[in-house]
Amino acid sequence: MPGWQALYEELKDDGFMVITVALDKSPEEAKPWIDLANPQHPSLIDTTHLLADLYNMVNVPTILWIDEQGMIARPNDVAFGDNTWIEYTGLDAETHKTTLRTWVKTGEIAFDQNRARELQTLPSKARQEARAEFALAQWLWAQSRFDAANKHFVHAGELAPDDFTIRRGSMPMRDIDPMGEKFFEMRGEWDQAGHDYYLPLPDA
Amino acid sequence: MDLNFITPGNSRLVTINITRDVTTGSDHERLLMAKNDFTKCTAWNVKPEGFCQGDICIPAGEAVTTDGRIDLAAFANLTGRPLITNFEEKAISLGESSSARSSELASLKAPDFSLPDLSGKMHSLSEHRGKKILLAAYASW
Repeated sequence: MPGWQALYEELKDDGFMVITVALDKSPEEAKPWIDLANPQHPSLIDTTHLLADLYNMVNVPTILWIDEQGMIARPNDVAFGDNTWIEYTGLDAETHKTTLRTWVKTGEIAFDQNRARELQTLPSKARQEARAEFALAQWLWAQSRFDAANKHFVHAGELAPDDFTIRRGSMPMRDIDPMGEKFFEMRGEWDQAGHDYYLPLPDA
Repeated sequence: MDLNFITPGNSRLVTINITRDVTTGSDHERLLMAKNDFTKCTAWNVKPEGFCQGDICIPAGEAVTTDGRIDLAAFANLTGRPLITNFEEKAISLGESSSARSSELASLKAPDFSLPDLSGKMHSLSEHRGKKILLAAYASW
């Protein structure tokens, strides 16, 4: 988060804007992170995961580049604002920032629209069903109907086992520590099954 | 029965009245609702040519009953949209179809959205048209 603010400060005079969106259960959850960054760009809260549905996001962080005409220039990718978690993620924040600076300053981008489309992952029927389940669950949770909410959260995760905005993102609404034992158990099973938890775009 | 109608993103949270109907020999439980409720919660209009939104119309088939009510279950099926119900909790959730979301994303037009900041002030993506934007989703979890 402070990394994105610093990048905004660096490039804002080049016609650059940052919009950060927290997929959190409440503004209170996101507030410490936002306060720490003291962002001068829009820093938004998305308790219902509207963005995940619109942009087919399945984990965080997910970043996109959107050009002056409102077109997606770089589809969903994984990039961090700084290198706090690099030992855990293996993803160097600077690699993405270097290509982003080039795009902002020169307009140069490593792929055309056809390649951008090839790199997109489009949502399956089951994924959209999972999102409808999540929406119901999140609403029930907001009404304090926790048992009913839990059933729909779990079912949503079963429908889309690779959607961690659902499986991990619902943990704080199910009284489960998203950094705790249950998460590492889930992550361990995912890794053992041969899947990647972070899916950055290949170098174009 | 009155149900809370929910969509992903909850942009259209409304209460609708639904009659559950299993008596007609239909292959599914029909969820019947009044036309104006249907338009209010789905933003689709009901016309003689079918369900219409802007210039697009799709034949309604059996999703419109002879007495002019809408079967929401048949509409969801017709449009490929997921419909999740929990009658005990009086809640119904209508998602977006994978084909609609896919064609929208494949057009590469960035879908617009409005979301609040910490103070509750709403911000839209489209307010920043003309700039190069980094959109970054994150979470505390």
